[in-house]
Amino acid sequence: MRAVDFLLSIKRGEIDDVKLIEGFRERVIAEDEKYNIFITLAEPDESFPRKRLLSGVPIAVKDNIVTKNLRTTCASQVLENFVPSYDATVVERIKSEGGVIVGKTNMDEFAMGALGTTSYFGPTRNPLNPSLSPGGSSSGSAAAVSSGLVPMALGSDTGGSIRLPAAWTGIYGLKPTYGLVSRYGLVSYSDSLDQIGPMASSIFDLELLFGVIMGWDEKDPTTYDKHVPSEVFIKRAFMNPDPHIMSNLRVALLKEPLVHEDADQKVVDRFMDYVSELEAYGALVEEVSIPLVNKAPQIYYVIAFSDASSNLARFSGLLYGKRVVDVIDTDWDEYYMRNRKLFGWEVKRRILLGSFILSAGYYEMYYDRALRARAKLYDELNKVLAKYDVIATPGSNIPPLPLDFDASDLSRLNAIDSLLVIANLAGLPAIVIPLEVSTNTPISIQLISQKWSEDILFEIGKYIALYISKLERELEA
Amino acid sequence: MNIKIGLEVHVQLTSLKTKLFCSCSADYRGKPPNTNICPVCLGMPGSLPRVNKEAIRSAIKVALALNSNINQVLAWARKHYFYPDLPKGYQISQYDGKGVATFAKGGYIDIRVNGEKKRIKIRRINIEEDPARIVYPTGDAETSSYILLDYNRSGIALLEIVTEPDMNSPEEVRAFLEKLRSILEHLEVSDLSLEGSMRADVNISVGDGEMVEVKNISGLKDIEQAIRYEVARQIDVLEKGGRIERETRHWDSTRKITKPARVKEYEEDYRYMPDPNLPFYIIPDELIEEVRKTLPELPEERAARFINQHGLSEYLAHVLVSSKALADYYEKVAELSGVKGDKVAGLIVTDLLGWIDSEDLSNISRIVPPEDLAEVVKLLEKNEITIKMAKEMIPLLVRGEKPRQIIERMGWSVIRNRAVLEKIVDDVLKENPQVLKDIERNPRVVQFIIGKVLEKTGKKGDPKIIAEIVREKIRLS
Repeated sequence: MRAVDFLLSIKRGEIDDVKLIEGFRERVIAEDEKYNIFITLAEPDESFPRKRLLSGVPIAVKDNIVTKNLRTTCASQVLENFVPSYDATVVERIKSEGGVIVGKTNMDEFAMGALGTTSYFGPTRNPLNPSLSPGGSSSGSAAAVSSGLVPMALGSDTGGSIRLPAAWTGIYGLKPTYGLVSRYGLVSYSDSLDQIGPMASSIFDLELLFGVIMGWDEKDPTTYDKHVPSEVFIKRAFMNPDPHIMSNLRVALLKEPLVHEDADQKVVDRFMDYVSELEAYGALVEEVSIPLVNKAPQIYYVIAFSDASSNLARFSGLLYGKRVVDVIDTDWDEYYMRNRKLFGWEVKRRILLGSFILSAGYYEMYYDRALRARAKLYDELNKVLAKYDVIATPGSNIPPLPLDFDASDLSRLNAIDSLLVIANLAGLPAIVIPLEVSTNTPISIQLISQKWSEDILFEIGKYIALYISKLERELEA
Repeated sequence: MNIKIGLEVHVQLTSLKTKLFCSCSADYRGKPPNTNICPVCLGMPGSLPRVNKEAIRSAIKVALALNSNINQVLAWARKHYFYPDLPKGYQISQYDGKGVATFAKGGYIDIRVNGEKKRIKIRRINIEEDPARIVYPTGDAETSSYILLDYNRSGIALLEIVTEPDMNSPEEVRAFLEKLRSILEHLEVSDLSLEGSMRADVNISVGDGEMVEVKNISGLKDIEQAIRYEVARQIDVLEKGGRIERETRHWDSTRKITKPARVKEYEEDYRYMPDPNLPFYIIPDELIEEVRKTLPELPEERAARFINQHGLSEYLAHVLVSSKALADYYEKVAELSGVKGDKVAGLIVTDLLGWIDSEDLSNISRIVPPEDLAEVVKLLEKNEITIKMAKEMIPLLVRGEKPRQIIERMGWSVIRNRAVLEKIVDDVLKENPQVLKDIERNPRVVQFIIGKVLEKTGKKGDPKIIAEIVREKIRLS
């Protein structure tokens, strides 16, 4: 059931607001066996505030977003026993609107991975096809939504971690403009790329959750205060789209992901069928090429790994988290070395590479150049967005990979990375909208727009959901 | 032998209400351990820093007072190292390079040693966060088998003030630190009488020896002692034909010696990087101008005013302004007594200071209220007491007695009534008829008579008046 329909029914007095969370724990225990979605379950609490925007809606939260008194592990052994003392700003906002946090979802360890397979708690399976990866790193949140356990979930997206799993599990996901959603309480991976965003099985629910969590936060100095007010999104979440949106739409179809040597031809062809439909509905679609997009993964790796090496320096088991050896038994160097062995392989790899990049003499060679390339990419994307309303790519240009895929084979992942990380590097909002859902080859579209223009992405998303993909029905207000 | 000393002084901005990056109180002293803390200053996963604007204002004040050039693009850098007092694995500080800059560059402080003026150049000023406080249960790092950590101090705003190696003696260092302290007190940004509020790393090289760094010495007294020790040690090594290698040493404040760092400390690579959580901030010209206009009178100007308007000697004026509390005290006593100049200043500097521990200087007004000293000055001015009595009263005032009480208890109060004194002189002359005969041969007879008269008045007679009377009488006879 869509959260918006549920909330409208409550408003009309047709159903009770605890209905959605009733029996939730039992359902999860049954489903979780199949997909390994949750790391920690909360006891669904009926004491949520009534008659608010999200009253009684069960919401799953990625396990790198801290929740007061509810274990937050980042899917790492390092934080296996970490229970935060405070709520992230987004969690506070959900709770004060009556949303019910039902559990913490599985993910790649510290959000580092594309398949959900680096989790200390084991991989999450794709509800569309349990032998496939649901995509990462927000693997559990995507599976929680895709399996129908919850209508909406929070993910985080540093280099595609909301959008890839959305694309692979056939749901909606938004990576907001950098600075539009508070990161206070999100365990940092790469601070200038990380954004929390909504994931949902309905575009209407996606917009509603976004409306609740978005907006300036005094606790996060990187949030921006002159944005479209949250009321606009909250109101429009209960409204059908502008019927004329397609006729005025200018779409730049990004060439590089379509012709990438590792792109899957079947996926690209099917995606192009839908692009033709967009045109049929009145959109102007033109192909654009930005060759720098092919270098985006390298730019991303340098920045993200450097930040990661810095952000993960705090995990030593001293103040919180797991400790294998005590200070009293050893010296400090040994203490840090042994406790930090608890990180998984992929996390260690990124910390080591990042530490190397930041060390004396290499900063200028790598980090500084990556920052300049990032600025250039930003300029090139914005030049395109000055002429077009959105840049379009497939949500993924390959089908979901099997769970036993060797993640060290970087080339396949490079194909998807390049189309995903550009939005993070440029701080632009990007939405993934499912076009068709199938057990092996779900097809989706990613739309990237100018900063602070999420409103247009939702309008297009709703139009596609109702009239092109026909995955949803109109709202009956 | 040529001695070169450079300082890296860390001073806490104790006048701030809150810590540098969170809203915890800046007043951490005397609180139970680990009670003045929050997710931010504990570096809890997910927490984000936000800059205390008042700290920037204080730093601007200091930079202007030290004639330093403020870099108007305020940026923060992470300085990485593993140590248990550093909860994030990095310290948020400032740095010159890697796309960021130090807070202010250049500047100087003029000092006086043995009446000679000297200019000590400032290299740079940075703002940074204080780490947690390490408590050694035995009081000493080497004999303690474990440590205790108190995070109440974690995140307190510090200014790091780095000098050029311009000082050539421990006396110059002391003069520099006293002047710096006085400037910070006059700016009302720091009360450096608080324990641990001023700490320094000292670089010392003697003759052809290499530079030795003595780390983390707390308090002015210990800094001076450490330098004296280290200079003597290096001279001793050199005179015995030894060599001084570049090394880091620690100050043992109990045994009052420096000792080599336990582990060989190599040139550490701090892997500086700009902190992506704290966006660049342009310090507006207007803010700097506003701060400049509201700068208070600084020690140098105050000393000049004392010299020009109060007629103070240069020496006393500079001693007074070496501490704001002391200069304030002088001005208060001068105002209350209506007497200014060397008479009052001398009583404070040569007499009162002799009885007050230099560490208690900031409490001088509580030890001897200015009202009390002003009363002494007034009594002196009215010739009701002698300067000798005034000097004798000082230690009693320090003990908490009131001037009137002392005079009564001691049975002091000067007899200046001429008639009374004349009668006593007559009595003495009558009782000692032979002395008048000796007067021709022995001029000391006058002193003898005055002594006798004083004895009869119980030392209360004004010796000046008595002398006048005696001389008159002798001439008359």
